[in-house]
Amino acid sequence: MSKVRVLVGTRKGAFVLTSDGTRKQWDVSGPHFGGWELYHLKGSPADPNRLYASQSSSWFGQVIQRSNDGGQTWETVGNKFAYEGAVGTHLWYDGTPRPWEFARVWHLEPSLTDPDTVYAGIQDAALFRSSDGGQTWQELTGLRTHKSAPLWQPGAGGMCLHTILLDPSRPGRIFIAISAAGVFRSDDAGQTWQPMNRGLRSEQIPDPTAEVGHCVHRIAMHRSRPNVLFMQKHWDVMRSDDAGESWREVSGNLPTDFGFPIDVHAHEPETIYVVPIKSDSEHYLPEGKLRVYRSRTGGNEWEALTKGLPQRDCYVNVLRDAMAVDTLDPCGVYFGTTGGQVYVSADAGDSWAPIVRDLPSVVSVEVQTLP
Amino acid sequence: MIVRVVLPAHLRTLARVDGEVKLDVEGPLTQCAVLDTLEADYPMLRGTIRDQVTRQRRAFVRFFACQEDLSHEPPDGPLPDAVASGAEPFLIVGAMAGG
Repeated sequence: MSKVRVLVGTRKGAFVLTSDGTRKQWDVSGPHFGGWELYHLKGSPADPNRLYASQSSSWFGQVIQRSNDGGQTWETVGNKFAYEGAVGTHLWYDGTPRPWEFARVWHLEPSLTDPDTVYAGIQDAALFRSSDGGQTWQELTGLRTHKSAPLWQPGAGGMCLHTILLDPSRPGRIFIAISAAGVFRSDDAGQTWQPMNRGLRSEQIPDPTAEVGHCVHRIAMHRSRPNVLFMQKHWDVMRSDDAGESWREVSGNLPTDFGFPIDVHAHEPETIYVVPIKSDSEHYLPEGKLRVYRSRTGGNEWEALTKGLPQRDCYVNVLRDAMAVDTLDPCGVYFGTTGGQVYVSADAGDSWAPIVRDLPSVVSVEVQTLP
Repeated sequence: MIVRVVLPAHLRTLARVDGEVKLDVEGPLTQCAVLDTLEADYPMLRGTIRDQVTRQRRAFVRFFACQEDLSHEPPDGPLPDAVASGAEPFLIVGAMAGG
């Protein structure tokens, strides 16, 4: 029988949650790396026992951990993320130039085919790659040295490269997203990049339709249809049907179109999930209700999913990397909250149950479907 | 010479050591020599005490010895004789900041 393994990163350590395919009874392991911030953990699609974890702290900086046994044991690997060549400047919050400075790894994206190859999205925004299992890291400099980079500006959480999507049908095509620069695409394995923000409209920047400067919170794709992308922008849920060349809004009847995560059903490429948040200045749920919204039409028409979720006095947030889907049938959907709950739906969102209720604030959730 | 180093709890966990670390430091005893030896013996600590590129002490890390805060002393300046003799440890401390 299939199993699932949920990798949870929190503000004070990592947790590994495991269950069989029914997804009803759960074993909880952790905290791993207790006291440290775990921005992201992710397993290799090519070898599910190979995991990577980003461990950091304000005191002791960045550490990268690697596991070869599905998270039972871990070893530290390389943590030197040195920008290549001239560092240059981006814009600071006050509009003045500021040199690029490494802060942390936000997201680790293992290669689809090679367990030893993994990408890291960092703050200040840049993309790194390791081809030796995380021992050494090399910057893909074409992104940070893009002609628009001096105009990039941090979002409230820092100028982070938080999303990395690898196109399974076209090796060498990579999508990334940066807050607050926007989406970029490379078709040559990260050597050169093009902004992919046409159609985005952000009233918070001087030119609302600028080529860069948009606070993209998350993008997602279904691996069977990688030219279709979905985006949760700061405000607005967006969709592209041409690999990011153009976007259109699909917020439709959402109660608010501000939010962080967005994800796609494992077997239905037009079924997508978001968690609307009240506003960018409040960062909690509207009406005190924890509601996942699902669209089965690729956007515009949304339904609230509430069964099993608190519908009063709930004021948590769900961060951009804190939602994931498994590949079982029915598809499982998972998300974690800043209040420390991790919820699972084993029926594609129709009903929900907490796996754990009282973890530290959840930063990231990933799930692995295991044989 | 054998130098005693006390690490903060999180770095002891990372280095998988209990209690003090004993380092065989060669040449003149300086902060830099201690940290070079520590990072050579425990490579998982690279970048956690000082930046790997600039080699600057991380902002929330402090160096104490003999009841003195040596954090702002020159990295290549001599450490106290009591540290060199092993009578006193060199303490690497996480600053009292944050929660």
